[in-house]
Amino acid sequence: MSQPRSGDASDGTLVEIRNAHFQRGKRAILDGMSLTIPRGKVTAILGASGTGKTTILNLIGGRLRLLEGDIVVDGLSVPQLRTRELYELRKRIGMLFQSGALLTDLDVFENVAFPIREHTALPESIVRNMVLLKLELVGLRGARELMPSQLSGGMARRVALARAIALDPMMVMYDEPFTGLDPISMGVIVKLIRELNDALNMTSVVVTHDVAEACHIADNIYLIGDGKVIAAGTPEQMQQSDLEQVRQFMNGLPDGPVPYHYPAADYVDELIARDHT
Amino acid sequence: MTALRNLGQWAIGSAERLGRASIFLYEATLGCAQLINRFGLVVQQIFAVGVLTLLIILVSGLFVGMVLGLQGYNTLVDFGAESALGLLVAKSLTRELGPVVAALLFAGRAGSALTAEIGLMKATEQLAGMEMMAVNPMQRVVAPRFIAGVIAMPLLAALFTAVGVLGGHLVGVGLIGVDAGVFWSQMQSGMDFYDDVLNGVIKSVVFGVVVTWIAVFEGYDCVPTSEGVSRATTRTVVHSSLAVLGLDFILTSLMFGEI
Repeated sequence: MSQPRSGDASDGTLVEIRNAHFQRGKRAILDGMSLTIPRGKVTAILGASGTGKTTILNLIGGRLRLLEGDIVVDGLSVPQLRTRELYELRKRIGMLFQSGALLTDLDVFENVAFPIREHTALPESIVRNMVLLKLELVGLRGARELMPSQLSGGMARRVALARAIALDPMMVMYDEPFTGLDPISMGVIVKLIRELNDALNMTSVVVTHDVAEACHIADNIYLIGDGKVIAAGTPEQMQQSDLEQVRQFMNGLPDGPVPYHYPAADYVDELIARDHT
Repeated sequence: MTALRNLGQWAIGSAERLGRASIFLYEATLGCAQLINRFGLVVQQIFAVGVLTLLIILVSGLFVGMVLGLQGYNTLVDFGAESALGLLVAKSLTRELGPVVAALLFAGRAGSALTAEIGLMKATEQLAGMEMMAVNPMQRVVAPRFIAGVIAMPLLAALFTAVGVLGGHLVGVGLIGVDAGVFWSQMQSGMDFYDDVLNGVIKSVVFGVVVTWIAVFEGYDCVPTSEGVSRATTRTVVHSSLAVLGLDFILTSLMFGEI
């Protein structure tokens, strides 16, 4: 096994997706997608709902298998990893789920301590300090004795973020981090993603359909649709793009290359054909 | 033609599901090996599936024993054989009622809870979250629950049987007035360790494995929506009850059948 280790892949690319194909049932979710995620940057993947954004994160984390193509994370080809190697890789990747995915039978402190306890045999005093450090970063040190059911949506997501960075990962993947938050919580999350990325020297991948927030924090943006990358660039380049698909998405126009109507039979025909109902 | 196709589809679907369940059982058993240094997790689950099921088991055992005492006496007294009441109560409880009824109650109380818990963990992405934290949910979530169920079930069946015998004694000796010495001595001389006790224990172990297996698998394999969890919970109770009754017949005919 002479796979290149992390040191060899120091060319600034942390994740590379090459010609990825993936299907759910008969529907192609990814259809020859290729993209790269640079090290140390915040990369946003934008796309309408159901375009396979979350699938990309699951593929990077090795929870789903590609039909065709390759995904290289830190020099390791994810589809070829054995289970043990995959788990080793996942220890270096944090993921923030849309729901937070906190363990409901543990309190905030234990939730953040969970990955530390599972993967290390550190003495209790060090675990305690590590957890308090991470909770302080997200501003919830005082909430450590609350149960997940007592947290607001924004707080739950911050706790989940503290847990995602508990083992100081090289990369954090955010799945729809802005959805369903009030403006203040959203502002906190936006600030945290940017600050943590820079302070902890991480790489961040943010999957979202929130254009304004993505432009605000991202260094690079990929716009995806139909299983491919439609456009890529810095936030400024994307906002000034002439491509009609990009303009529709960035400006939130109801009709355009992505049609307003779900594919259907002819409207007039359906109204006239009464005997079908 | 459609009916034929549906039948085929159902058969293929069932076979596939059985295959998945078998792989699942294999992985859960592998996961159990990792639990030796983390027995605390198992103890927690034994509390959840065992201790919390204790009350319903004890109360049911008492009543089943009392009914057995009453019905057994009414039948035996016609033949002047009421001295065998203790033996009748003890044999029927250790061989059949103890393992079977305890397993049915276990499926309803603990099995459904296991399915719902694991199913909801799946629906709320907790299992996915664990996987992404490089923690294998088979080892962390499924294996402790599986082992706990397998350990708890024979103990619950034994307690059910013991309380049932006491219930039979309560009614037969206390209420009806069968001689206590006869009640116990007949039981003592008529019970066989291998034929009665050991076979009963084997049954309860088998039921424990099957019921817990079905419960954790249904939870792990459910469709992660509220409807999916509710369906999975129902399936757990229905399938494990049917499995217990069917297996009981097979085990009984293997153990006591003269075929």
